[in-house]
Amino acid sequence: MRELLRAALVIARRDFTAVVLSRTFILFLLGPLLPILIGFAFGGLGDRISSTDLRPVVGVAMSARDTAALERAHDRLTQRMGDQALPRLRPVASTPSPRIQLARPDSEVVAIMSGTLLRPALTGKAEDLDKLQGDISLLSTAALAERTLRFVTVERQEVATSLGAQAQARLLIGRVAQVVMFFLTILLAGMILSNLVEEKTNKIIEILAAAVPIDAIFLGKLMAMLAMSFVGIAFWGGTAFAIFAALHDGGGSLPTPAVGWPLFLTLAVLYFAMAYTLLGSLFLGIGAQAATVREVQTLNMPITMGQMLIFFFASYAVDHMGSPAELAACIFPFSSPFAMIARAAQDGAIWPHLVALVWQASFVALIIRVGVLLFRRHVMQSGGSWWKRLFRPATG
Amino acid sequence: MIGDTPALSPAPVPAPSARPAYALEGHGLVKTFGSFRAVDGIDIAVPAGTIYGVLGPNGAGKTTLLRTLLGIIDPDEGTRTLLGEVQPLRMARQVGYLPEERGLYPSMKAYEAIAFMGALRGLPLKEGRVRARAMLEDYGMGGSIDKPIRQLSKGMAQTVQLFGTIIHEPRLIVLDEPFSGLDAINQEKLEALIREQARQGVTILFSTHVIAHADRLCERIAIVAGGRIRFEGTPGEARDQLRSQVRLRTRVSDGAWRRALPADTVAEDGAWLFALPDEGIEPLLRALLDGQAGIESLSIERPGLHDAFVAIAGAAAAQQMQAEPTPEEDA
Repeated sequence: MRELLRAALVIARRDFTAVVLSRTFILFLLGPLLPILIGFAFGGLGDRISSTDLRPVVGVAMSARDTAALERAHDRLTQRMGDQALPRLRPVASTPSPRIQLARPDSEVVAIMSGTLLRPALTGKAEDLDKLQGDISLLSTAALAERTLRFVTVERQEVATSLGAQAQARLLIGRVAQVVMFFLTILLAGMILSNLVEEKTNKIIEILAAAVPIDAIFLGKLMAMLAMSFVGIAFWGGTAFAIFAALHDGGGSLPTPAVGWPLFLTLAVLYFAMAYTLLGSLFLGIGAQAATVREVQTLNMPITMGQMLIFFFASYAVDHMGSPAELAACIFPFSSPFAMIARAAQDGAIWPHLVALVWQASFVALIIRVGVLLFRRHVMQSGGSWWKRLFRPATG
Repeated sequence: MIGDTPALSPAPVPAPSARPAYALEGHGLVKTFGSFRAVDGIDIAVPAGTIYGVLGPNGAGKTTLLRTLLGIIDPDEGTRTLLGEVQPLRMARQVGYLPEERGLYPSMKAYEAIAFMGALRGLPLKEGRVRARAMLEDYGMGGSIDKPIRQLSKGMAQTVQLFGTIIHEPRLIVLDEPFSGLDAINQEKLEALIREQARQGVTILFSTHVIAHADRLCERIAIVAGGRIRFEGTPGEARDQLRSQVRLRTRVSDGAWRRALPADTVAEDGAWLFALPDEGIEPLLRALLDGQAGIESLSIERPGLHDAFVAIAGAAAAQQMQAEPTPEEDA
């Protein structure tokens, strides 16, 4: 075992330095930040677009008195409901008929309100009427009751927290942790698929296989890629934290997960490592069977689909704590890390995490071993039935 | 040290010890790929401290035999012992292996590649780097120490890989076709390096299909053809498998003396060629002199290892072709 780990570290060190000290690693680090920056830029632009242009405009073809009453009602309601709550109103001529006005090429309104406040009529496409009918009814009612409508003031009684809100917040933490872990895993573990192709195309595999057990090659490659992932996560996490700290100077406090933040973050790191090595060992085993990069690329899509299924399974389980589905998600090795991190957010018990980590680690070892034996059998063309050698020492 | 030739007796199997008499042993080794038997029941024992050559034509099974002995692949049948250990990878630290298909990481620097190969075999990386630099300097490749492998010529990269094979000072060095791809000067250097390692007590096992190298270097050889060992012994013993050839030129083209020539005599370029008779050359000489053949020249040519190799491997190929069923027989 000691020799296996020593050899794995030699391989890991080589792979890690080869990746991290390459120029392309800078692109790798910067790559995930680009969508964030683009998101910021387009997010601000989007806000402006939604606040000005996207609200539907309804033409008002009514008497001047009714139109004025409607506009006053609109102002009073938007003060309480927000700018985006109601459609904009624009007075239009009462002739020709609304149908003719809406058919004009220069028409800028989506619907026209006509008639009186007591019997308003709304002309427009069916889907627009479906959306606007309620708002226009509210506006008309408020305009009619202009003098009698009094807004009631709600008294605010603040508490530090509520159990319902806490449960909601923890559910949210679990969901966010799952999504972040899933995207990091899908982003990083996919690279392992093509990891052994370099050794095979450059004929290095022969030198490695003659010197160390293939288990050590697989393990070393996983360790290197995991370490590289942690470098990436540290960089992205650090950047995200810096942006967060810059934008929110101390205002508001984050809700606390059930196990507390320090343990939750530790578990998040451990479960990410498990999710990564579980998928990574599977990818390594599958990718090792591929002879060319093209074969690896072909394998990529069905594997990604499989990952999506596992993620959906785990995210379904978040809302159903203690249900058979949630227990199944916790037990099934590939969904287990995702289900367990959501559990850590919502349930304070520690021992299930210890059991889960041991369970997941044993599956990593099992998948590596099967991958190695299949590699020996199909690529190195060595050894007989792989399952007979599953639990033999990895010393060749 | 034993092949499957019936003339040779099987070598005793030594008990595992710190310094076994045989660096490598294989008994009844069989390795098949699909329906093809690449190694077909080979017994081999490589004495410790010798330079041992595995000779054979292309596709004879040399590489598969070496890979099986080293534990890179497992045999379907048979047992193997490497430096006294039945699980070859347990002795990996004491073995150096240069595979037939050379492979290095293209982006690695030359000295790093050597140190990495040493580290795989248990040599601390720091020590490996120091040794690698010294080796490259001594070999006249000081200018290439910090160059990535992709910038080196094929011969230089091959030298780097060879240094990676020996950097950890192994007790056994296995080289698969080590001379292929090297120019004459580098082949000479490699021969010198192999001799130097052997002088230090290292066992060298290499495969080749270029007989001249084996002839110059090997203390023992095994000729492999069709997945079997067809001969095992010293190069001298291999030569002795063939009888010396006699080349005779006479002034007179015919006469009673012709009856004294052996039955297998052939005429070639105005000379008579035949195998040296079992009773020696003297009776024939007497008959030629008595028959007044007018001997112009007579030479006895001892066959080279190349001739022996061609004869042994060729006979094996012919034997194999005879053994393989014809399409009619198949039907």
